[in-house]
Amino acid sequence: MANQKIRNFCIIAHIDHGKSTLADRILEKTETVAIRDMEDQLLDNMDIERERGITIKARAVRLKYTAQDGEDYIFNLIDTPGHVDFNYEVSRSLVACEGAILVVDASQGIEAQTLANTYLAIEHDLEVVPVVNKIDLPSADPERVCSEVENVIGIPAMDAPKISAKMGTNIEEVLERIVKDIPAPQGDTEKPLKALIFDSYYDSYKGVIIYVRIKEGRVKVGDNIRLMATGAVFNVVEAGFMDASNLVNNGSLEAGEVGYIAASIKSIGDTQVGDTVTNNDNPCDEALPGYRKVNPMVFSGIYPADGAKYGDLREALEKLQLNDASLSFEPETSVALGFGFRCGFLGLLHMEIIQERLEREYNLDLITTAPSVIYKVTLTSGEVQYIDNPTNFPDPALIQTAEEPMVKADILAPSEFVGNIMELCQDRRGIFKDMQYLDDTRVNLHYELPLNEIVYDFFDVLKSRTRGYASFDYEMLGYVPSKLVKLDILLNGDIVDALSFIIHTDKAYGRARKIAEKLKENIPRQLFEVPIQAAIGGKVIARETVKAMRKDVLAKCYGGDITRKKKLLEKQKEGKKRMRQLGTVEVPQEAFMSVLKLDS
Amino acid sequence: MNTLGIYIHVPFCVKKCSYCDFYSVSYEKEISEKYVDAVIRNLQYYSDKKRITDTVYFGGGTPSLLSPEQVKLILDEIKNSFNLSSDAEITLETNPNTVDFNKLSELRKTGINRLSIGVQSMIDRELSFLGRIHTSERAEAVVSEAYKAGFDNISCDVMIALPEQSAESLRYTLDRVTSMPIKHISAYILKTEQGTPFDCDKIKKRLPDDDTVAEIYLEMVRILESKGFEQYEVSNFAKKGFESRHNCRYWKCSDYIGIGPSAHSCNNGKRFAVGRNLCDFIESDVQKIEITDENSCGFEEYSMLRLRLKEGLDLDSVPKHRDMITKKIPALIKSGYINYDGKSVSLTPKGFLMSNSVIEYLIF
Repeated sequence: MANQKIRNFCIIAHIDHGKSTLADRILEKTETVAIRDMEDQLLDNMDIERERGITIKARAVRLKYTAQDGEDYIFNLIDTPGHVDFNYEVSRSLVACEGAILVVDASQGIEAQTLANTYLAIEHDLEVVPVVNKIDLPSADPERVCSEVENVIGIPAMDAPKISAKMGTNIEEVLERIVKDIPAPQGDTEKPLKALIFDSYYDSYKGVIIYVRIKEGRVKVGDNIRLMATGAVFNVVEAGFMDASNLVNNGSLEAGEVGYIAASIKSIGDTQVGDTVTNNDNPCDEALPGYRKVNPMVFSGIYPADGAKYGDLREALEKLQLNDASLSFEPETSVALGFGFRCGFLGLLHMEIIQERLEREYNLDLITTAPSVIYKVTLTSGEVQYIDNPTNFPDPALIQTAEEPMVKADILAPSEFVGNIMELCQDRRGIFKDMQYLDDTRVNLHYELPLNEIVYDFFDVLKSRTRGYASFDYEMLGYVPSKLVKLDILLNGDIVDALSFIIHTDKAYGRARKIAEKLKENIPRQLFEVPIQAAIGGKVIARETVKAMRKDVLAKCYGGDITRKKKLLEKQKEGKKRMRQLGTVEVPQEAFMSVLKLDS
Repeated sequence: MNTLGIYIHVPFCVKKCSYCDFYSVSYEKEISEKYVDAVIRNLQYYSDKKRITDTVYFGGGTPSLLSPEQVKLILDEIKNSFNLSSDAEITLETNPNTVDFNKLSELRKTGINRLSIGVQSMIDRELSFLGRIHTSERAEAVVSEAYKAGFDNISCDVMIALPEQSAESLRYTLDRVTSMPIKHISAYILKTEQGTPFDCDKIKKRLPDDDTVAEIYLEMVRILESKGFEQYEVSNFAKKGFESRHNCRYWKCSDYIGIGPSAHSCNNGKRFAVGRNLCDFIESDVQKIEITDENSCGFEEYSMLRLRLKEGLDLDSVPKHRDMITKKIPALIKSGYINYDGKSVSLTPKGFLMSNSVIEYLIF
């Protein structure tokens, strides 16, 4: 029988609705962290997470709470990633819990991500405890938000704790709700070991640390464990839990508990999130349901701006992959950009985070190609190909059908922006499904959208057209046939492979014109005129010309002083290194980047 | 046997022009005498009687501020210390406001046989914009006085790409300049040099944009060629046989010794320069030099300088790079930047305008 004094729970909240602040308050109240050691928002430990106010990797912390009934309880707070890109990781974290605290901002109400994650929690039979936060704000309207929660999600919320995590108001009430409302874990400690991996990370001393929820049985130091999906077997070196800042090795874990295992695991690829851990010598009958390998959805070529940094880029990607099994990369070469990598990401945010970490933590200057999704192409021969790099898109004559991935999108926004949102979705080839009023002023729009229409700049544009009020979430729907073409960009008659992309026929012309114009703005006038063309197959559909420069001369070379002229020559040599030389055309880095940021 | 040229930098001006970044200080008679002494000491130091010296150039600053006696002292020393050929080209840069017929006659007698007169423009509004101390009337008069004083090899400096300059105003200046008894024109595109009064947004805003400058330049080349002044370098035009022999040294990697503050030299495979400080120059026995190049006239430098000349780069002179260069020729011909006769590559006027890029493309 599992320990009935354990409460395993997570916190669901939209960005900025106060998840981390509440987590910090809970840590503080349970005296897991001495107040003087508190650093704001302790759970988020990566720079980028803090700056963006989002949580990227799940973590779990064990807390001790003495409740009003005088009993001591063990709380396991499992921090979940909030973003759709990490949807699968979220679902695995949820499976590790019996309950979820739903934090809703008292003035902003429910947002798209909150909704998606709350539904996910309900789907996994979690007890959802609503909490209304930020009641200290002048614009707070807790009553309205409570009725919104009841109407939209369909759970009772009128007696939800109304708190201010920032001010520390009513935190006690939340802790009591955790004790009373969230069920204790179930599970038989005598059965063979069955544990769920919900996260892992690489520690340079201990190897991969896996975070587990023990569902049945027990595990102790010295046991041989098997990871059922990968089949890998390891000997347990440490088993224990995490307090706010350290791993505490107490030698064993048993059913109902959340903790970590270290077993000299070298590769994070062996520890797939969602996999089941069992005892190799006394295995359980079947693995926990719901495991799947996470596949990247969005691909992009990443190249070092300076070709000599190729080795550094590879090293950096390898290091990031140690902690992030969902990041994939393969070497690729581009005529335009040289040697680089085709990288696969779970989604857009994931891609941005990786790029940012490469630039910031590894000090790399990068050129990235336009993000691409995976297209499914059936050839006339019957062969099926999955294309993640536009360069590999087959000759149209060989294609029988081309299919693209679709997503089901929820967009929540104040109703005054419905027109703008519909216009945007229409423009992105969206199929309107339905619309639902959350209350008098807010709506939830359901759309089906091609993934390739949202990988560029959809979220940015959505934000700007709704003055930042809209929130957006999506899940994969599957493939649908589509009229897809490959659009090539030619400079001075030569295809620039790094600029090719796949697009729907109806949108090719507009996009082609925009790209040609953008390139014209960003390619400096130079020695030779530069014709810019956009073409499908051999057919040119847009054209611009960068006129040749007219004057570039040092008129004087007087009194025999040629030092200036020599300095200029040196500068020219140096400048040449920073430009990408494509045939006779010099293309600055900005030109490649500009094409990725086409404003709508 | 190689020949030698001598450059004397005379660092005095009545008033600094707003665009100029050459080294000069205010003229004072006493200092100029000390300066001449120092020049003479240095001429003795660099003495070379083995090679024939066939060009002498007084540049500045304003060399015409020196008295004919001072010029004579220097030229006499050159004759003493060097093997000066009888037909040497001896040039003195001249500001129209610093000379009259008498002084010009005296100068002619010292042996000066070529004058480079800073006319710049024949429009007074443009002259005052440039901060020049003379008028167009004075410029015209000084040329005719010089001619009367016995100078039959006169060059005029002209500036183009001035604010509000139009095809008409350019033609007006060039018509008047070319109708004078001169043999040579140096025509420079105005450039705002760092640290000069022109190096500010207020001035830069008034200057024509690059496309307009290109039109003005090409129009100038057409006008001058039609008047019998053939282009032989980016900024230089001459009646046949009157190309500046001294300046050609710079572009042909021939040797020259520069004396005076800020003067540059290229001699025996080294380039060196004198600091921009008149006091230092006067007080030193021998001018202090800084080597700027231990191995002068390598491929890049040689080609870059040669390509400033209309006669261009003879590919036989750069055999190691012939293949590399030949490959790049067609694209440049197609764009109208160069001519190629199977032996030499030479820039067209359109190519001269783009010479930095064209040369970079050709030699890197």
